[in-house]
Amino acid sequence: MAVEVKLPALLRVHAGGASSVSAEGSTIGEVFADLTARHPGLAANLVGDDGSLHKFVNVYRNDDDIRYLEALDTKVADGDVISILPAVAGG
Amino acid sequence: MPFVPPTLRLSLAQYRGIVAHCYDGLPYEACGVLAGPVEGAGEPTGDVTTIYPCINTDASARTYTVDSRDLLRSMRDAESRGEELIGVWHSHTHTDAYPSDTDVRQAMEPNWIYAIVSLKQAEPILRAYRIRDGQTEEIDIDVAGLA
Repeated sequence: MAVEVKLPALLRVHAGGASSVSAEGSTIGEVFADLTARHPGLAANLVGDDGSLHKFVNVYRNDDDIRYLEALDTKVADGDVISILPAVAGG
Repeated sequence: MPFVPPTLRLSLAQYRGIVAHCYDGLPYEACGVLAGPVEGAGEPTGDVTTIYPCINTDASARTYTVDSRDLLRSMRDAESRGEELIGVWHSHTHTDAYPSDTDVRQAMEPNWIYAIVSLKQAEPILRAYRIRDGQTEEIDIDVAGLA
């Protein structure tokens, strides 16, 4: 499955400045593995040490937050758009 | 070129909406995002067209996280008008309107305006900041019609 991944400004530096990149996979986890194989700098920003989605990013399949779907196991289909946004948080 | 930070410009209704949402959120911190026009390099003009009160998914008096679905919905709405999200506000229920260490550490958007409403005193106090590379700089606020 080929999907488009939209990157926030903060992460574009790890992908040669691109705001959007294409990646392959049948789940979000596989898409991220494909993406980070080509852009290793993204890895630490997407997935935490425990292998789950990093708490400081929100990831959406089309307009649905994957935390409310099946997280990294969320299925993707050809043409889906995966959007990554930094979490807006503080204290 | 020297960096000139924008002035955060709010209507009286927007100011009241921001503060009211903070009181509504008690005893927890409240949060919301701001939309407005941006210039070429993604720099906000400081004008605010829409305020979006959001859910604090932390439901905490010490921290906030803007609900991810509120965030995307607000962003899509702003983009539909050719605008962008340009900042966020949140309340400090018992401390001053100054960014906490957590606020500075988790500030991910160098172009955003980070506004804080302190509810510590009887009267609310609103202040706004840029947070870049761990550095905090206060910016001016202009509320139309508020002396």
